[in-house]
Amino acid sequence: MNPDFVQLVLITVVTAATPLAIAAIGELVAERAGVLNLGVEGMMIVGASVGFAAAYLSDSTLLGALAGTVSGVAMAGLFAFLVIGLAANQVASGLALTILGGGLSGLIGAGFVGQKRTAAPSLSIPGLTDLPGFGRLVFGQDMFVYAGIALIAAVAYGLARTRAGLTLRAVGDNHQSAHVLGFPVLRIRLLAVLFGGGCAGLAGSYLSLAYTPFWSPGMTAGRGWIALALVVFASWRPWRVLAGALLFGGATVLQLHAQALGVGLPGQLLSAVPYLATVLALVLLSWRNRRGAAAPAMLGAPFIADR
Amino acid sequence: MRLDLQARAAPSRTIAIAGPILALLAAMLIGAAVVALLGKSPAEAFMAYFVAPLSESWSLQALAVKASPLILIAVGLSFCFRANLWNIGAEGQFTVGGLAGGWLALATRDGAYQGTFGGWWILPAMLVLGAMGGVLYALIPAILRVTLGVSEILSSLMLVYIAGYGLDYLVRGPWRDPQGFNFPVTANFDPEATLPSLIADGRLHAGILLTVVAVLLAGLVLSRGMFGFEVRLFGTAPKAARFAGFSERALTLAVFAISGGLAGLAGIAEVSGQIGQLQPSISPGYGFTAIIVAFLGRLSPFGIVLAGLVLALTYIGGEGAQVSMKLPLDLTGAFQGVLLMCVLAADVFTRYRVRLVREA
Repeated sequence: MNPDFVQLVLITVVTAATPLAIAAIGELVAERAGVLNLGVEGMMIVGASVGFAAAYLSDSTLLGALAGTVSGVAMAGLFAFLVIGLAANQVASGLALTILGGGLSGLIGAGFVGQKRTAAPSLSIPGLTDLPGFGRLVFGQDMFVYAGIALIAAVAYGLARTRAGLTLRAVGDNHQSAHVLGFPVLRIRLLAVLFGGGCAGLAGSYLSLAYTPFWSPGMTAGRGWIALALVVFASWRPWRVLAGALLFGGATVLQLHAQALGVGLPGQLLSAVPYLATVLALVLLSWRNRRGAAAPAMLGAPFIADR
Repeated sequence: MRLDLQARAAPSRTIAIAGPILALLAAMLIGAAVVALLGKSPAEAFMAYFVAPLSESWSLQALAVKASPLILIAVGLSFCFRANLWNIGAEGQFTVGGLAGGWLALATRDGAYQGTFGGWWILPAMLVLGAMGGVLYALIPAILRVTLGVSEILSSLMLVYIAGYGLDYLVRGPWRDPQGFNFPVTANFDPEATLPSLIADGRLHAGILLTVVAVLLAGLVLSRGMFGFEVRLFGTAPKAARFAGFSERALTLAVFAISGGLAGLAGIAEVSGQIGQLQPSISPGYGFTAIIVAFLGRLSPFGIVLAGLVLALTYIGGEGAQVSMKLPLDLTGAFQGVLLMCVLAADVFTRYRVRLVREA
């Protein structure tokens, strides 16, 4: 096969994988601290609308991405107030966040439907980006892709090798012990949840600034939920999130190419492939690794200090 | 500063009843602020959302027709949520219910298979098929959970998308009406396959009766039966429930079957009584809004009836406000999300005393 074509396909795999990987790595941090935030989809879609609106008004992709990230943090703050401040049910609060995000993003994006921007610029290093076969794949992506990889590397290092990471994992695995040892359980969880929100917002703004450089209502199309599944699929390990995201990105791209080539299957079946793949991945994973052995022990459990 | 939570010895009954009402008021205030931000009059919006739909016979009927599926689904979900199991795929079970029952309506069109028996059996059979479709579709995440430990939250949600694409495929492909000028809809159902109107020339269809029966039955089961006790016990004290010899597997399958069955029934009632054919979209998100209804109704069947009417009001009011005040429809979604958040926050006050503490 033509190496340039292979590179082109791989580039589309990377772009499809990037929002999943960024959102999932943020959720991974929140979950390692013991908080299950099912509102990823809601934070992402708000990030997409705010990111596009800010970028359109300021004419700066960077400011757009920043605003998208901040909006994700704000949404996560709302969630944190409920589940950390008030010890409300995490599953239901996450759903509320998703429902709220769907409506809110529509309100924010209403004035921007149909507007277009140029997509986020790609890296271009003379000599490297032009290398045949892999130059564009490695040296010609947009800033989100590199930011995503850097985030994963930072989280992997931070969780495994730093004191802060160890504390965060302790809080997620046994909040009572962590509390007795004098760690501020609620504050650590708050920070982890806000980090997750920021990542989801960034992932959302990637969708409206780079993946398809315009805003359309509901454009996340379940990617936030797939990111949640990805965390389970990755057994809560950062680098496996990257591998999983590439796999899911591959499934998405495969489906797009199959539709373009006119494979004799109905388009709706192909469109359902990423969701089917998610269910299948969850099934295969559970087969290998019986009930959540890898999950943080306190996942979803609220912490209330006795006094 | 931090929030200090102190567990109450017993949940407060006063707050349990006042909580949802206060939550609704809080959500309305936030909604009013958003409306003011959008440069419209909050008072006018309040009238459009919550008063205008109650003023005319046709809009009251529309209210009941919208509330019916919400209540039916939410009653089923309350079984799951009480047991601390998270079926969030009711939207998909609703779709599959509509598909399963709709299939029979299409298969028996124009007198087909009606030779010996006549057509009286079609409607009941459609309802049974619809409920069965919902049950089977809900059992997928339940079975995956009890056999392999797959998170029912994620699998039930993914199945929503898959059901949506399935419906889309069928109405654009094999089930499309050949005489439909290429519109992606099926043929209209025959009168034998349509839930009758309760009022002459009205929108109020017999599906409402199904909802009433389901609410009464659920109330009976949850308050009187052993099964209701088991459900609550698994939700509040799973260890005690296991020690008492109740089977967690059987319970998981049962509550998913109940919620899926009622969602499927809601789906076929909507398709047969309200829409009269299958089309690419048969629900404005009933399956998700029903989650809010279940919580606003504090997971009790009669509370759910009230909550369903309130949420139905936001749908009808939202459509009215869009026409009369040019308020965006997304406001309804945002309001529903805020409402659920307020309800969940209010719930905390029933179980804890909350104080704001200034840190020394």
